[in-house]
Amino acid sequence: MTPFVTWLKRNLVVLAGLLTLAYLLLPNIVVTVFSFNRPAGRFNYEWQEFSTDAWQDPCGVADLCGSLTLSLRIAFWATLGATALGTAIAFALVRYRFRARGAVNSLIFLPMAMPEVVMAASLLTLFLNMGARLGFWTILIAHIMFCLSFVVTAVKARVMSMDPTLEQAAQDLYAGPFQTFLRVTLPIAAPGIAAGALLAFALSFDDFIITNFNAGSTVTFPMFVWGSAQRGTPVQINVIGTAMFAVAVLLVLVSMAAGRRRTRPKA
Amino acid sequence: MTDDHGGDVRLTGIAKTYGSFTAVHPLDLTVPQGSFFALLGASGCGKTTTLRMIAGLEEPSAGTVRLGDQDVTRLPPYKRPVNTVFQSYALFPHLDVFENVAFGLRRRGIRSVKRQVGEMLDLVQLGEQARKKPHRLSGGQQQRVAVARALINHPKVLLLDEPLGALDLKLRRQMQLELKRIQTEVGITFVHVTHDQEEAMTMADTVAVMNAGRVEQLGTPAGLYENPRTTFVANFLGTSNFIEAGVDGRSGADLVVKAGGGRLTLPADRCGTAPAPGGTILVGVRPEKIALTPAADAGAVPEGRNRITGTIRDASFLGVSTQYVIDSPVCRDFAVYVQNVERDPRLVPGAEVVLHWSPAHTFGLDAAQDAEAGVEEAA
Repeated sequence: MTPFVTWLKRNLVVLAGLLTLAYLLLPNIVVTVFSFNRPAGRFNYEWQEFSTDAWQDPCGVADLCGSLTLSLRIAFWATLGATALGTAIAFALVRYRFRARGAVNSLIFLPMAMPEVVMAASLLTLFLNMGARLGFWTILIAHIMFCLSFVVTAVKARVMSMDPTLEQAAQDLYAGPFQTFLRVTLPIAAPGIAAGALLAFALSFDDFIITNFNAGSTVTFPMFVWGSAQRGTPVQINVIGTAMFAVAVLLVLVSMAAGRRRTRPKA
Repeated sequence: MTDDHGGDVRLTGIAKTYGSFTAVHPLDLTVPQGSFFALLGASGCGKTTTLRMIAGLEEPSAGTVRLGDQDVTRLPPYKRPVNTVFQSYALFPHLDVFENVAFGLRRRGIRSVKRQVGEMLDLVQLGEQARKKPHRLSGGQQQRVAVARALINHPKVLLLDEPLGALDLKLRRQMQLELKRIQTEVGITFVHVTHDQEEAMTMADTVAVMNAGRVEQLGTPAGLYENPRTTFVANFLGTSNFIEAGVDGRSGADLVVKAGGGRLTLPADRCGTAPAPGGTILVGVRPEKIALTPAADAGAVPEGRNRITGTIRDASFLGVSTQYVIDSPVCRDFAVYVQNVERDPRLVPGAEVVLHWSPAHTFGLDAAQDAEAGVEEAA
């Protein structure tokens, strides 16, 4: 066996891991690199020269920051709504035995399984028949709806693995029902709820299909990107994308640091 | 001990049914203030349900629970002055040891908990671990946190639900002594649920043996062991040998019975309600009360002792003692434990022997019972 083959055998897993990571990160790198481009024409598809013009003027393109703000607002409220409702549903499904429990358990997955474009068209039919005015509220209602299943799934997994004697112990230690929920149930379920909320935010923020069907004349950030791609892509889109990516990475780093600090004993 | 009866636990006619299944039959039980009380029984006998009814985690189907003079039957657990050490410990995983122990104090609105928690952690020797999360502690340490978390509230009664079940044997012995020490130190009433008869006997002042939702017998460990009133208790607590015998008559304070052509005597007051002559009785004797003499030396057995003959079927050498299994015409599988003080080389499998013991060490039970009751459960 040649030394190379031996080396390969020993490091195959590491190598495969690095390749997968590169596969995952390459698109993000392209986004970042092209946010510093100064394109020759209207399309930001070819590298020309380094520039920080777009970073210095991220709202320089008409309607971009308006659509971004709208998307963030919708994502915020959709996350809040879906997380609150989804957490309640998850607790009900795990903790209580009621007649329609089995049915609810499977129905909750339906929005995940349904092709999004079909869902979008059906929702539009529903809204039109109800005489609803398309815009912020129809988008928000739609987003809460499709985020719910994901939140329920994430929270349910966590609640199911919770030891019910913990709540009995809390009650035994003078915590009433509300205190028990606040001091024991909620903190232990928190990682599941946080995971569900993050998922909901990400899904809501970049949803295009359902939003496009039900937005009326309102334009969210994904719709703005899609619309501008027809006429020319401004560099500012890459700036926004890079900034979001940076914020996400920062959040992960902060939470990791917090986790490490919490497990380390204070001497 | 004081005259305060605030820590008395008084169960009156308490029962629990789930649909058609009766977990606990109507039960009266009084646990005096400051005592270490054990509920002993096999799994499913209703001991944990009884404990949970005292804690308020289970609502009784009938009857009342009193703590001292207070009727707490309808009080939710968070309003009862009792605390529980759970079998799984149920330590809060998101809180460190300090906050776990402080939990009860904080819920009752006590602001400065530092000194109390510190003292309590010192009592259970965990002062160094205060800032660790429970999952970083060993099983024994977690158990002590659970005890500290309950005791810091100065409950009138501390309930322990198989608290040592998850520990290995050596640690369990150590924790038994530790719990006993803590109980003596704080003087709180302890109600301890266990299926381990040795644990109950080592720790408790009073033991209630439960079987199928009822208390079979209640008494001191020695009292239960020496004077079991049912075959279940006799078999569940240690090992017993039973001989089915016909009652012959009385001789003073003794009852004379016939078994396999021989005569045995036993104190009449150790028979419960002694049957009339002509009736049958189960004569019981513990394996360690019996002496073995080779049949050749039968003449050397002192007069006045109960004696039967048999053949050694099996002998197991255990170091401290030797356990013999003896076939006898009156009873198969007679167990005899002999201390290895002076070992007689003739006591080997196949040898003919005389088994003899003092009549005072004999007890009598109602022959209508299953002589094997409780044997399986104790294993």
